[in-house]
Amino acid sequence: MSAEPRVERSPKVSDEVKKTTCYMCACRCGINVHLRDGKVRYIEGNRDHPVNQGVLCAKGSAGIMQHYSPARLRSPLRRVGPRGSGQFEAISWEEALQTATDWLGPIRQSDPKKLAFFTGRDQSQALTGWWAQQFGTPNFAAHGGFCSVNMAAGGIYTIGGAFWEFGSPDWDLTEIFVLFGVAEDHDSNPIKMGLGKLKSRGKRVVSVNPVQTGYAAISDDWYGITPGTDGLFILSLIRELMLSGNIDVDYLSRYTNAPWLVIRNPGQSNDGLFLRDADGKPQILDRKTGKAVAHDMAGARCHLQGEVKLPEGGVAVPAFVLMAETYLDDAYAPETVADKIGIPAPRVKQLAADLAEAAFAKQITIKQPWTDWKGERHEEMIGRPVSMHAMRGISAHSNGFQTCRALHVLQLILGSVEVPGGFRFKPPYPKPAHVHPKPAGRPDQVAPGQPMAGAPLGYVLGPEDLIIDKDGTPQRIDKAYSWDAPMSAHGLMHMVISNAVAGDPYPVEVLFMYMANMAWNSSMNTRGVMDMLTATDPETGAYKIPKIIYSDAYQSEMVAYADLILPDTTYLERHDAISLLDRPICEADGVADAIRWPVLAPDRDVRGFQSVLLDLGARLGLPGMVNDDGSAKYADYGDYIINHERKPGIGPLAGFRGETGESDGRGAPNKGQLDAYIENGGFWHKDIPPAAKYYKMANMEYQQFAVDMGFYDSPQPYAFQIYSETLQKFRLAAAGHGAVQPPEHMRERVKQCFTPLPSWYPPFEGSAIDEDSYPIHALTQRPMAMYHSWGSQNPWLRQIHGYNPMFISQKLADKIGVVEGDWIWVTSHHGKIRVPVAVMEGVNEHTIWTWNAIGKRKGAWQLSPDAPETKKGFLLNHLIHELLPPKGDGLRWANSDPITGQAAWFDLRVHVERAEADEPAEVAPQFDVLASPPDMPAPPKTLRYGLEWTSADKTTTGGQ
Amino acid sequence: MTMLPEASAIKLGLVIDLDICVGCQACVVNCKEWNTSGYGAPLSDDDAYGAAPNGAWLNRVHAYEAGTGADARTVHFPKSCLHCEDAPCVTVCPTGASFKRAEDGIVLVNEDWCIGCGLCAWSCPYGAREMDPAEGVMKKCTLCVDRIYNDNLPAEDQVPACVRTCPTNARHFGDLGDPESDVSQMVAARGGFDLMPEQNTKPVNKYLPPRPRRAADDTPVSLLAMAQDATPSGFWKWVDSTLEKLG
Repeated sequence: MSAEPRVERSPKVSDEVKKTTCYMCACRCGINVHLRDGKVRYIEGNRDHPVNQGVLCAKGSAGIMQHYSPARLRSPLRRVGPRGSGQFEAISWEEALQTATDWLGPIRQSDPKKLAFFTGRDQSQALTGWWAQQFGTPNFAAHGGFCSVNMAAGGIYTIGGAFWEFGSPDWDLTEIFVLFGVAEDHDSNPIKMGLGKLKSRGKRVVSVNPVQTGYAAISDDWYGITPGTDGLFILSLIRELMLSGNIDVDYLSRYTNAPWLVIRNPGQSNDGLFLRDADGKPQILDRKTGKAVAHDMAGARCHLQGEVKLPEGGVAVPAFVLMAETYLDDAYAPETVADKIGIPAPRVKQLAADLAEAAFAKQITIKQPWTDWKGERHEEMIGRPVSMHAMRGISAHSNGFQTCRALHVLQLILGSVEVPGGFRFKPPYPKPAHVHPKPAGRPDQVAPGQPMAGAPLGYVLGPEDLIIDKDGTPQRIDKAYSWDAPMSAHGLMHMVISNAVAGDPYPVEVLFMYMANMAWNSSMNTRGVMDMLTATDPETGAYKIPKIIYSDAYQSEMVAYADLILPDTTYLERHDAISLLDRPICEADGVADAIRWPVLAPDRDVRGFQSVLLDLGARLGLPGMVNDDGSAKYADYGDYIINHERKPGIGPLAGFRGETGESDGRGAPNKGQLDAYIENGGFWHKDIPPAAKYYKMANMEYQQFAVDMGFYDSPQPYAFQIYSETLQKFRLAAAGHGAVQPPEHMRERVKQCFTPLPSWYPPFEGSAIDEDSYPIHALTQRPMAMYHSWGSQNPWLRQIHGYNPMFISQKLADKIGVVEGDWIWVTSHHGKIRVPVAVMEGVNEHTIWTWNAIGKRKGAWQLSPDAPETKKGFLLNHLIHELLPPKGDGLRWANSDPITGQAAWFDLRVHVERAEADEPAEVAPQFDVLASPPDMPAPPKTLRYGLEWTSADKTTTGGQ
Repeated sequence: MTMLPEASAIKLGLVIDLDICVGCQACVVNCKEWNTSGYGAPLSDDDAYGAAPNGAWLNRVHAYEAGTGADARTVHFPKSCLHCEDAPCVTVCPTGASFKRAEDGIVLVNEDWCIGCGLCAWSCPYGAREMDPAEGVMKKCTLCVDRIYNDNLPAEDQVPACVRTCPTNARHFGDLGDPESDVSQMVAARGGFDLMPEQNTKPVNKYLPPRPRRAADDTPVSLLAMAQDATPSGFWKWVDSTLEKLG
């Protein structure tokens, strides 16, 4: 017998496994939670789940530490010290809910707009948006406005969906994948899985990003572009591809509005609108007859050039003519744009060539018959195996909307959207702007004591849909859907506090927020926002924002600035619906939704926010939340998930509907629905039929599937909108046409920026400052192992990202005389920060960058005040203002995209200099230490997680 | 001084694809969460919420930049015990706690016998061992010996936690002693290499190198010229003829 120790081969793993949905970021992967002795033993990915197929990222794997975080709030709290001091007393839920009801009830009866309800990184917007609507306030949005609304809205308005939740590359078939900007934080595991597939197949991965880290590190080609110039780069690629004839003319003719006739009638009110027939249908020029006919006429074959003379004056030409006139221009020649974008002309041509080769030399043909919307049968599906992805990198600029549109147009000219090998939609997308509801909130839609006629968020199709009064005054506190940001589909959360304190357009009475760390990393101008949250009226001494209610599961920096805290549960203690009505988790081959359910009971006096919101709604008597006798309609969120119907047969979950769970998509509520989800592994999934898997926007079999599933009530086939008539309508208004007119000071900006074909203009901040004084671009990237601020309380993740240096190029380091480990001052037009330096090669030489949201305020998140997150971790936010530098016109211009209101985080310009040797090695600025709420336990010094399961030795010595 | 067993026929180990690893740290954290409640003492974290958090990890991913200027690239480099055939960490161990299994070649520490002297960590050229700050015993990758044979797990899950969780499929587990195994085939096809072979430790784990990139100054591939000449009039001629062909 060997003396080698014998190892136990099959130790016990767990008592039971409960399958739910991760919430360590927004990706929403399926997880198997192994429980032992009532505690979490291990969390792994759920192999059956459509999102992650078994894998799990670093954040998801650190869920144990998040669940048992010492920063978890323990009970409802009422502020007892000055705002910002962090002094609270614990109160009962009854007292907390009564207080909230007493604050909210009167304003609902007098002026519901006095409630601003914004919900941060909310995954229950189908509920929270509906709650706002039932309350009667238009002042609702989640965090999209400061995240990636340009991408989302650019996608919806152009192709009927964008990336991530809207669609994904056809990972199994694509030949080349182009990734624009930082994308490591969203769609986390699916993109990593996809990259792995591509690399394993030896296919080409291209990264367009000023910074070569994260996914860019494994790219076959890295384009270290100058921030804010992606649009110009893309338009140059479009030019090269068009000029060389590397575009899919058949695809453009059939599936886009390139052949639609656009009226040319300069100076007139119809200039730039589509030529429509008597039924209002846009027309094309039929090659057989030479006549204008409805674009969807069966058998018509379109011209892409030519001209129709109009009897009332002017002519009409195919939109494609305008594309050619615009994009063949030398203004977009690689040689012209090279210096601006920081990429040499031959490299631009190289990418154009790579795209063309993949799209046309590697065409895919799948023998799968299908029928298009005109009734034409196709024997096969043609694929152009080029795929792309982008997120906030190209989005978070003041020219982001047009850049995102340009990216989609690049995909479209290659014929690569919704085809084999290309970019594929995930249900319920594609869903174009005109199929979405319009936003509600105009003066005639808001009344005391009444719900609003529609949802607060939606898609406008022209100036007539704006949420303004007859004088043009914004009606929402964030000025969404006003001339400041007409197509702001996700609202402008970053402007709420600033506008409310300025009383512009009006003050609010109650600010109600959920999961939004506005007093720290979720705000531009962090110090300014803290000041605003504590600002008082000099005459009365009252806070300018009189009441603040906040719900969070953890002691984030924002907690200290609220008057009433409603403590939320962790993600393992709650119900949630990952709903098709909200932000879906479908994959291109199937429709899916999922739940969270309490796999552990809370050990604190906390409640799931959604259940609390329904309770509050019942106390306020909100329609849909009370029975006829005034009693609460839903016991809790789980009850709502099962029984709520948005319209007959359609509820939060699409699976296991009908009384016995026999129906998919549509069906009566099923009492056993949540049990059925739990039994099925926490999710529901249904495959799309083979003939419906591609060309979904034009595929009648898919359209019928979409109707059956309840995505919409009748087939909604459509053509992709390269030319945006909606944008042109705003431009016509700016030129003086129509009843709804922009204020004078807005006219020029609307004319310049709202071009109906995607265009590029320089980012606003760069134009507003002296570029020689602020020659450097500064931006953030997202580490894959840390999601926003939540990770800092996580002792495992904070060992990976516990502080963040500012990464600068070797060239810049040499220029200012610093080496790795030195400290620098970074100064913008707005602020100044002192930060540690790291030096790298793979960064655009005019750009510096750091990781997002690692820095923490002393005292928050139950970290020790001398934690590296506070001493060597910092926020770039201190340099970024929510307003542009004053133009001297006395107006407040938001630092946002003029079309969607997207926060222009990445427009930031700075200069850098070496810090003096005798300065403290600590980031600046610093703030007072936040006090902990009462009864928060002191964090343990040493963690030995799992000790009870390991104390019995697993290793015994053989022979003993 | 501890003896190594006769070289085993079965050499279990990992193959890590540096062409694919994005440095996401999924393997690092999943390893920690599996193993803190697994083999031996918990993987403790000292000063967990404080100024100098310091925990024991069995697997870490480092990032390095190679090259300069436009040719620079970032390489993410996962590193854990390589289960060397000539493991200096075993032979240096004064108590026999550090051992290599004859059955499958996995290198383990018998924590009952470990006195925490740290000699093995000093002798490991890869820095793959870490002293547990609370227990004072040496921790290292076990290749999830409590998973790979564990009948309480489904067969498909009987792989190391890092392999099961890796989102990019950059980590592979198998028998590198068998030339026909998937992992050996992968090593053969991709030019898998030993880490620091000059140390003569004969690591079982292999790394697959990043595929070569097109250099930044390579002659650009020329655009497939569909149009006859790259001018607006050439473009329109091409569009017309294309439409004609489409009928």
